[in-house]
Parts: sequence; C-alpha cells; structure tokens
Amino acid sequence: MAHITINGKVVKAHEGEMLLAVIKRLGIDVPALCNHEAIEPTGNCRLCMVEITRPEWEGWKKNVTSCLYPVEDGLIVNTHTPELLEIRKTLLDLQLARCPNSELIQKMAEEYGVHETSYIANVEGDNCIMCYACTRICEVLGKSAISAVMRGQKKVIAPPFGEEPVDCIGCLACAQICPTDVIPYEDKDGIRTIWKKKFELVTCKNCGKTIVTRDFADYLIEQRRIPHEYFETCDDCKRLELAKKMGGLITKAAEVAV
Amino acid sequence: MHIDTPKKLEQWRRDCRKRQDSLKKKILVCLGPGCLANGSDKILDEFKKVLKDKKAKDVSLEAVKKTGCHGFCAQGPMVVIEPGGIFYAKVKKSNVAEIIEKTLEKGEIIDKLLYSDPDNGHKYTDYKEIPFYRHQVRISLRNCGQIDPDNIEDYIARGGYAGLAKVLTDLRPKEVIETIKKSGLRGRGGGGFPTGRKWESCAQIEAPIRYVICNGDEGDPGAFMDRCIMEGDPHSVLEGMIICAYAVGSREGYIYVREEYPLAVINLQKAIETAREYGFLGEKILGSDLSFDIRISRGGGAFVCGESSALMKSVAGEVGEPRAKYIRSVQKGLHDQPTVLNNVETFATVPVIIDKGADWFVSIGTPKSTGTKAFSLAGKIRNTGLIEIPMGMTLREIIYNIGGGIPDGREFKAVQTGGPSGGCLPADKLDLPVDFDTLTKAGSMMGSGGMIIMDDRTCPVEVARYFLEFLVHESCGKCVPCREGLLQLYKYCTKITRGEATEADLALMERLSKTIVTASLCGLGQSGPNPFLSTVQYFRDEYLAHIRDRKCPGGVCRELIQYVINDKCTGCMACLSVCPVGAISGEKKKLHVIDQDKCDACGSCHDVCTFAAIDIK
Repeated sequence: MAHITINGKVVKAHEGEMLLAVIKRLGIDVPALCNHEAIEPTGNCRLCMVEITRPEWEGWKKNVTSCLYPVEDGLIVNTHTPELLEIRKTLLDLQLARCPNSELIQKMAEEYGVHETSYIANVEGDNCIMCYACTRICEVLGKSAISAVMRGQKKVIAPPFGEEPVDCIGCLACAQICPTDVIPYEDKDGIRTIWKKKFELVTCKNCGKTIVTRDFADYLIEQRRIPHEYFETCDDCKRLELAKKMGGLITKAAEVAV
Repeated sequence: MHIDTPKKLEQWRRDCRKRQDSLKKKILVCLGPGCLANGSDKILDEFKKVLKDKKAKDVSLEAVKKTGCHGFCAQGPMVVIEPGGIFYAKVKKSNVAEIIEKTLEKGEIIDKLLYSDPDNGHKYTDYKEIPFYRHQVRISLRNCGQIDPDNIEDYIARGGYAGLAKVLTDLRPKEVIETIKKSGLRGRGGGGFPTGRKWESCAQIEAPIRYVICNGDEGDPGAFMDRCIMEGDPHSVLEGMIICAYAVGSREGYIYVREEYPLAVINLQKAIETAREYGFLGEKILGSDLSFDIRISRGGGAFVCGESSALMKSVAGEVGEPRAKYIRSVQKGLHDQPTVLNNVETFATVPVIIDKGADWFVSIGTPKSTGTKAFSLAGKIRNTGLIEIPMGMTLREIIYNIGGGIPDGREFKAVQTGGPSGGCLPADKLDLPVDFDTLTKAGSMMGSGGMIIMDDRTCPVEVARYFLEFLVHESCGKCVPCREGLLQLYKYCTKITRGEATEADLALMERLSKTIVTASLCGLGQSGPNPFLSTVQYFRDEYLAHIRDRKCPGGVCRELIQYVINDKCTGCMACLSVCPVGAISGEKKKLHVIDQDKCDACGSCHDVCTFAAIDIK
C-alpha cells in the first residue's frame, strides 16, 4: 500500500495502479474521454491531467496524465489548479471545434464554461474524437480488425485498406465502447452490417431475438472454450429458464418446510 | 579476411596505410547529395574512363575515389586532389581531361576552377584555407569527403575501429561509460541529454536483453547532417554503436533510417556486411567476449518517427505513435526491454572520444556543451553546405565567417534553428553562442542542426505558417492538443497572412500555445508552437502590421502587397510579357503601369525586371 496526497487529503492506494483510478474512487470530478476500465490507457484526450510533486522536488511540479501515471508512495497530487482548469477548458474547446455536433462534447465543454467554440469550427467534421477506445477494445478481444490509419488531421479509424475488415467478427464492442456513438451498424433481416461487412446473426431458439453474430459465436466457442449451447438461447430466455428452475427449487423448499 | 585480435587490426592498419601511401596522388570526387544532384557521378565516371584509356604518370585508376559529402555544397560538384587539398569548384565533365593533364600530370593549378572569394576575388588552392573550411573543427564529419564509404581500408587507414580495439583491450564497460560521462557528450539529435548518463541508466537495469538503436530518421526540412554521415562514413556509426553495446551489455542493435535516404540505406548495409566479414560485428568481436550485430530498420518517412518512443514502435512493426514516457526508454524501450537510443552524429563522435580521451573532447566547446556540432546551412546564405563547429561559436561567426553572409546584397533578418519545432532568432541575437542551453533560453533550440537563414524579404508570419503547416501534416494525430491545437494555430496564421485576423485572434493564439506546450504527449506537440511563439516574440511589430495595417513588411504575403512600377522603368516590356494575368500595360520605351485590380501579386514581373523598377508596397 502506498500513501499519496490528493488535494490535501492523504489516501491509501495500490502501488502501480494509475492515479486516475484513485481519483475516480474518491469521487473527484476529473474528466476523461479516452479512459475505460476494459482497455489499456493511452493518454489521447489529455483531459485527466493532474499536477504532481514530491517533498524532495523542492517546489518543482509537473503536469501528467493521471490515466498513465502510476501511484508512487509520497506523491502529492492536485487535480484542480488554475492551470489545469485552463488546459481542460482549452482541450474541450478544441474538441468542440472538431466535433461541434457531438452532444457529449457540447455537454462536457458546457461544464467548463464553453458554450460555443472559441476556435474555427470544423463544419464538415464527424463526431469521432480519436480516443482509440474502439481499436483498443478490438485489440483486447484479440482481433485488431480496425486501427487508426494515416496521421494528423487525416487520421481515421478504419479497417485495413478501407476494405471489409477480414478479422472483424461483428461483436459490436467498438460501437458500444465509442463515447460519441459514431460507429454505425445495422441489424436487419437476420444480417448485421458493420464496417461494410455483413454477418449472419444467431437467434434465440425460443424467442427469436438476436444473440450474437455467427462469427463471434464461433470465435468464442473455438478460442475461449465457451460451450456452444450457450449461444442457443438469448440472455432473457436464459434468465427465464433459470427463474423456472429456481422457482421449482423454492417451491420444493417450501414443500419441505411445510 | 577475419580480424580476430586487436594486434591483427593494427597490422592491417599499417598495411592499409602503406597501400594508401603508394598512391602518389588521389582524386576525391564528392558524391554527396548536393554534388550528386549536379551530376558528380558523371564526373567520376569520366575520370575513370579517361584514366583507363590513357596511362597517366603517377596516377593509377585506384587514385580516383568517390567520397561522401565534402561540405561546401554551394560550390559543387567539387573535386579535391591530394596531396595539397587542391580544391576545384563547380567542375564540369568537360574539365576532367584538363585536370588530369595539367594538375595530375604536370602539377599545374587550373586557376579558373579554383574557388574565389566573392568579396575580394582572392583565389584559394588548398581548401583548408578557404574561410568556409578554416573556421570548422570536424569530429563527427572527420571522414566525410575524405574516404570512399564503400572501402573499409580507407576507414581503417584513418584510424577506424581503433576506439573499439581500445575499449575491448583496455577498458571495462563501466570505464567506457565513465569516459563518455566525463567527456560531457550530449545527444546530438537535439534533446541534448547526457549520453553517458543514458548509457549508465540502461546498463544498471536487470534485463535478459538490451537494445542499441541509432536514430537516422532526420526529418527536419533543410537538415542533412546525419544523412551525410550515414552516406559518407557509415563505419563510424557502426563503431560507435558497437562501443555502446559493449558498455551497456547489448547483443542486438538497429539503425532506423528513413526510406527517403536510399543511398544511406545502401551504404550502411554494405558497411554492416563488410564489418561482419572482418569480424567487427557478429560473434566474438576482435576475439573478445563481445557479440553484437546490427540490422537496418527502414522508416516510411513520418517526421514523428524521429521521436524515440514512436521510433521504437515503428521498429517493432507497429504504427509509429509516441507513448507517454513516464517510464523511460532506457528502462522499457524496444519490445519493453532497456534500450539506448542515440542519434547518428552522437554515435559517430563516440569512437573519437574513446580514441583521443575525454579530456581532449572537453577542451573543445563550452563547459556545458562540450565538443562540436554539425549543422547544415541552408536558405539565403552564400555558402550553403555541411559544417561542423566547436560549441559556443556565435551565430554571427557561423553565418558570416563560415557561411559567407547573405547573398545578393540583402540584409539578414532571421535564422531558424532546430527544424520545424525550433524557432527564429532575429539580428540582435546573432552574437549568441550556439550551444544547447543558450538557444533554448532564447526561444529556439539546437535541434538536430538544421540552420535556415532568412533575408529581409522574408515574412516571419509566413515562416511560422509554413512550419505549422508542416507540423499539422506530420503530427501523428494521437493527442488532442497537438492534432487540433496546431491545426488552429495554422488556421489563424493563415488568417493573419491574408489580413483577416484581429488582435483578439493573436491573443487567443498565444493562450492556446501555452496549452499545446504543456498538454501535448510528445516532443513534437510540446515544441510545436515554437515557430509561432518565437516569431511573435521577436517580430511582433510585423504581426501587428499584418493585422492593423494590412501590410506585409517582408513583401511576401500576396493578399497584402502591391507591385508598383517606379520611374526607373525603361519600357523594356519584359514584365509585360511574363505577366500571367495581363495586368501590365505600356508601350516600348515608355513607363509601364500595373492594373492593381487585375494583378495577382505573383511577383513574376519583379523577378524578371533588371532595372529595379518594380517596388513591393
């Protein structure tokens, strides 16, 4: 266990865990757009920057991204210095210039007093904030079917060569983790379309509801050793079955009790 | 031949020197980038052809050597004849027969091919007396222009691999690190981090494997120092890396070279193969316990891949994007193993420090920036080329004594150092000594050594806009302040050059720059606003002239200038015929007039006028 000081309060934290996790645990409001517990931090959005120092640094301080800075015993952290507030405000202002139509960005910028971007807004921009959450979750799933390609302003999230991604299994993790909801997909007539690739959908044998894509089910059965019966029914029907069983048990228990 | 003991190396060195001395005369043809572009390869072929056909006295075919960059690019293609350092400038293929006949056979000097000082017409025979060369001290460039990069014997004869032999026989790894620390050598890639300390940190970490990487990704526009070393003296880079491998305990090294430097890749590859053949690379180097090999990793030319963590990702086959370096590369670098990454020039300097000692190196330069630094002079300067100077020389000495000052009688306005993320320094900073700390304090930086000189017809706003455009294009796009912030700075700079910006915009740019500097993930973003910040610091009046008066004092920004014909016009009709939009009217031998409504401010008329009759207002 390490002891660190956050905004004047001494708290306990695990050596090596990232500062942002501790800050979040304490309920301190530090914004972050690219951080997610399921994926490795990369520090793209820079919003979670905090000021750190140590007694032996003799007054020297530096700003670091808390999502990437590991806890060290004796660290003194400040999360809301005027400089940090200015940085966050400017960053959100810049994001708003990039994605003027994103509701999430509008809301977050609003919280920092930015009602309208101070910069030259990108009129034709989409709402992708380049946080890489989608590519990182795809990597975690062991597929890396999409990645950030090109560089600078031309950087986009795309499958290799802009073609149908060979490795995509249509699991939707990318679309679901996306903080600004910019990855489109469609489930229609037993077919899912994402990244221009079409997938056969597996449906529940009881109710007919969509479960996962055939490719995703096969991947989980083969690679993650999940029994294939798991994909015969949907979550709701599984719950119902469980409830029936449990209900039976309870009735039995009640009978025994009587 | 396999050299398996340091003793054999010395024996071989004596043989090499003997063979070199047996050549009574040497003809060195520069095949550096500048000369090559001017056809120096054809001159080399011509020398070989003529000498093959005719048996010249005292001159054998082996006497003709191709070399790497000799430095004085403005005077290329150049040919140097040794002994005597006879320097022939702007040589043409048609001069070759005459050079052989007169200079090589009869020992006569061909006057018309000598370099003459444009100020006083003085002609120099020996290049070492030319002011451009006289003020230089060459350490990392010691062999550039002197040896055939493909011929290891040339390198050996000039003391090559002596540093390595010394390390393997006399010094323990710790002592090598101590020597480099004592020499005060700092990273020549621009960061200026003490090399010895970097090696020491890496050596101290327990790990199964350590890597040594040479950064040859030189991406600054106008910089070509590393390129010339890799092309002209590849073995010095290898030797530096092998010494480093011994010091830190590494078995595997990489040289990261940009794909745009094909000749550097070829010459390095050849040098690596030769070094393996002779036993300088591979198992049991020179019979010692050291085993080390080097591979070349070619980059696609992204500027950001010069950044250490992006470079390592690129070497590993991933997308070249920087990571946060709270854990440093010496701890977790390539494949998460301890890695030493140094620049080409740094590695090329190491063997000499080992050979001549740390005290010798410390005696050159300033106390905090020891030794020398290579620079490439480009832009509005007479003597464009590759130079190496002791640290602490002033910008004025570099630009006027070595560089020969500004051509066409124009005035000096600014010098841009440190590449795109460096800054512009004005005339009143000319007496600043060039070293790591002084340039940073003045708002620029040493960078890898590109130096672009600008004359009074340069607009600082346009310069900032140009470099910002480069950075916007080259930002990896990962983090927000760099990707979005630099784009906004570029957009506002463009607004200023068009006369559309307000003073509030300028204030916004300055505030935004602060956030970009503090919040960016890597060095590219952190130094990205420098082109704007340094120009606005030193040329604020010109920014304000664009904003308040809609004038461009440098006469560059097209939307803000007018071309006007004055009464010096002789009515020669030259401008009238080149004007692409037909904005000039007038008759022969009568004053011409430019119709401002039609004029596109392209400047063609100004360029073509020989009577200084067109003013820029």
